[in-house]
Amino acid sequence: MSIPQEHDYIGSSEPLQVGKSSKDVKNNIFNLKETELRLGLPGSESPERKVANGVSIFGKDLKDESVNGFSHSPLKNFVSGAKRGFSDAINDSGKWVLSMNGGSEVDLKKADTLFSPKGVNVGGKNNNNLQSTPVKPVEEKKNENGSTAPASKAQVVGWPPVRSFRKNTLATNLSKNSDVTGKSGSGCLYVKVSMDGAPYLRKIDLKTYSSYAELSSALEKMFSCFTIGQYSHGLAGQEILSESRLMDLLHGSEYVLTYEDKDGDWMLVGDVPWGMFTDSCKRLRIMKGSDAIGLGMAYNFLTTFRASTCSKDHAEMQEPKLGKCNQQKDRIF
Amino acid sequence: MAYSFPEEVLEHVFSFLCSDKDRNAVSLVCKSWYEIERWCRRRIFIGNCYSVTPDIVIRRFPKVRAMEMKGKPHFADFNLVPEGWGAYVYPWISAMSVAYPWLEEIKLKRMVVTDECLELISKSFKSFKVLVLSSCEGFTTDGLASIAANCRNLRELDLKESEVEDLSGHWLSHFPDHCTSLVSLNMSCLGSEVSFSALERLVGRCPNLKTLRLNRAVPLEKLPNLLSRAPQLVELGTGTYSSEFRVDIFSNLSEAFSVCKQLKGLSGLWDAIPAYLPAMYSVCPGLTSLNLSYATIQSPDLSKLVSQCPNLQRLWVLDYIEDSGLEALATSCKDLQELRVFPSDPFGAEPNVSLTEQGLVTVSEGCPKLQSVLYFCRQMSNAALVTIAKNRPNMIRFRLCIIEPQAPDYVTLEPLDTGFGAIVKSCKELRRLSLSGLLTDQVFEYIGTHAKKLEMLSIAFAGDSDLGLHHVLSGCESLRKLEIRDCPFGDKALLANAAKLETMRSLWMSSCSVSYGACKLLGQKMPRLNVEVIDERGPPESRPESCPVEKLYIYRTVAGRRIDMPDFIWTMDEDSALQHS
Repeated sequence: MSIPQEHDYIGSSEPLQVGKSSKDVKNNIFNLKETELRLGLPGSESPERKVANGVSIFGKDLKDESVNGFSHSPLKNFVSGAKRGFSDAINDSGKWVLSMNGGSEVDLKKADTLFSPKGVNVGGKNNNNLQSTPVKPVEEKKNENGSTAPASKAQVVGWPPVRSFRKNTLATNLSKNSDVTGKSGSGCLYVKVSMDGAPYLRKIDLKTYSSYAELSSALEKMFSCFTIGQYSHGLAGQEILSESRLMDLLHGSEYVLTYEDKDGDWMLVGDVPWGMFTDSCKRLRIMKGSDAIGLGMAYNFLTTFRASTCSKDHAEMQEPKLGKCNQQKDRIF
Repeated sequence: MAYSFPEEVLEHVFSFLCSDKDRNAVSLVCKSWYEIERWCRRRIFIGNCYSVTPDIVIRRFPKVRAMEMKGKPHFADFNLVPEGWGAYVYPWISAMSVAYPWLEEIKLKRMVVTDECLELISKSFKSFKVLVLSSCEGFTTDGLASIAANCRNLRELDLKESEVEDLSGHWLSHFPDHCTSLVSLNMSCLGSEVSFSALERLVGRCPNLKTLRLNRAVPLEKLPNLLSRAPQLVELGTGTYSSEFRVDIFSNLSEAFSVCKQLKGLSGLWDAIPAYLPAMYSVCPGLTSLNLSYATIQSPDLSKLVSQCPNLQRLWVLDYIEDSGLEALATSCKDLQELRVFPSDPFGAEPNVSLTEQGLVTVSEGCPKLQSVLYFCRQMSNAALVTIAKNRPNMIRFRLCIIEPQAPDYVTLEPLDTGFGAIVKSCKELRRLSLSGLLTDQVFEYIGTHAKKLEMLSIAFAGDSDLGLHHVLSGCESLRKLEIRDCPFGDKALLANAAKLETMRSLWMSSCSVSYGACKLLGQKMPRLNVEVIDERGPPESRPESCPVEKLYIYRTVAGRRIDMPDFIWTMDEDSALQHS
């Protein structure tokens, strides 16, 4: 997908001060560039424009972050409330990274070092977190990447402000209209993730991941606080994120990752190609392995899942269905 | 005073007071009036479920019959509030089940409602009549089955856009045969198909049914069956409005609509195909409210439809209507008060329809009663906003969403400060405003100076500095709700205007630059506020004090700190230093 891009969020290193003339605004390089591109007729926009339009992804270049989450010096200006706000707040570490649809493992790996693993519900919200962290401008205001434009814009959480119900309806409409080509339809696909024994659900946007590996890593982080200690043994030293890692972890801790598909059946995650999975997944559930065992699936699950993650040809694998198992209702206290 | 009215007389007088404001005023006159009023208050509205506890409410108002309550912050609608945040209604239901056995109405918005709650409601309140769950979540169709089965006098069941776990359509069949009391049923947010025959029978035996909003799964060809059984309907939400075109279906539909002489509101119309639109022409002249926001019909058909509705007061529509359709609207619908135009492709990189600022300008010119606007578009200019402001000084709600964040005036490339400034200067009764586009601190100066009646303000990707926030907090006298995302507002403005926060219901700030240190300070200094830091990166103590928090939610309360927070929310107060180890 799209490559991380730097982008000046606020739009200038010159503050737009009260009373400044429009001339100053025009002098602002970022704005000028953006609006130059904007003046074209619809359809004639250059790829850079699309990139520029990904304006509102507020990632941070994570490798510059200390383990504590923030380096100190850039933040002085926040406290001092300088009128320039963010503009000169950040030196090196404030580069904006566009969060990609189907983020890359690279970002998530950075997140590994960024966030302390204990008690932090980060996980799949990583991209959302990145998007929602405070605004910091970039030194370079231009977009340096002339990479090919993504078919749809990178998404900002909650923007434009359209309610989920409406978004989901629109998504269905768009997918029905076959003349809408090249777009990925709805911008995001939120599904609820529950875990047996956890006191509340989480919601994740499946579109921010592009593989099972990313998903598993995200879920692992998100729910790690609920399973501390349960999977720490025997797995130390496994640094590489592999598709079966979550399964390993979860299996080691007696959990199984399942999802409910469009037909209302509960399936094991990992058997179908990723795209097919995101199309049909309605919600996720991290289920106790014992529930799965009770349905006689454990052995099959182990063998078929490992086999399927090894082989590329998923079509052959029969999807093991868990059937309508007795779903513990999500307890929301 | 030696003689005063007997209590009963005062009570009778007070019974004419409906608004909370009036009742609150009356309560302040003297102790005896306070006492009389509190015993006869039947309706309570709690705008923030955490501002007060069930016990406090019950203690003061022992004889409540109707309660309305809101939970999560508005930005929860756009996924900015993480799951597990709170707003559980169970403690309220539980307390009320004991204290208010005669409770008749529960209306909730953005709250977490479980099946347990619904079952408790259905079994605890013998006269229960009205359940409205607006944008709620946490329950399944099993909970609805309890309500259907046990509430003998149910009048209203409205699930407005709630997120319901749809286990099956079976719940509807739980309405007993002797249930004839329904006045309003809104199941439009549900996915599963209900038993049509059960639905038919239910509709047929409820002579007072005025509002019926079906879900998408109800097929078009079955709609006439329902309409013929409920010709008295005032509000109808159809199911899917699409089907392979057949003349017999069309004529049945036409005939069914023609019998509904009372119909004033129409919604649903999912997947509407143009061929079936003329079937509803007979009801169009009577319509005052039309919700086409799920109908994927295009401009020419929309224009035609809208022109048939000269009495329209409220129109919700997708941007397929385009400028040309809005022109038709402006020409035909002189009574129009509310217009909402939603984006058909909000995430597309390029415009897919020809809807611009011109459409809104045209409507503002042609519709003298237009007072409430929600408009999504891709370009805007100061000139257009100035024109709209000039045309419509009677505007009360103005929510503009330019899809591209920080988009400037597309003609002059300037910020849209002037345009929004014109709106607040001209529209002196403006109560709600949502901003978008490129905006500097200047617009906030205008707002602080002129928007004296403004109660709710939504800001995104705007402003330059703390000064912007300061203008708003210090200038907007009527401000109750302020929600901000991705703006460079920080500590200074917040701390300088701390007292203001006690006069408001709530403040939401996410992706701004309020530091943890400032939050702590605010929490310590303002004991009547809950200052809640939402941060999914882990405890704020693990980061420097100057580090900005991810999200911040501040609200006034008499309930003290919350006890049901998930582990990514921290309350800032005097004890917070002790709380964190």
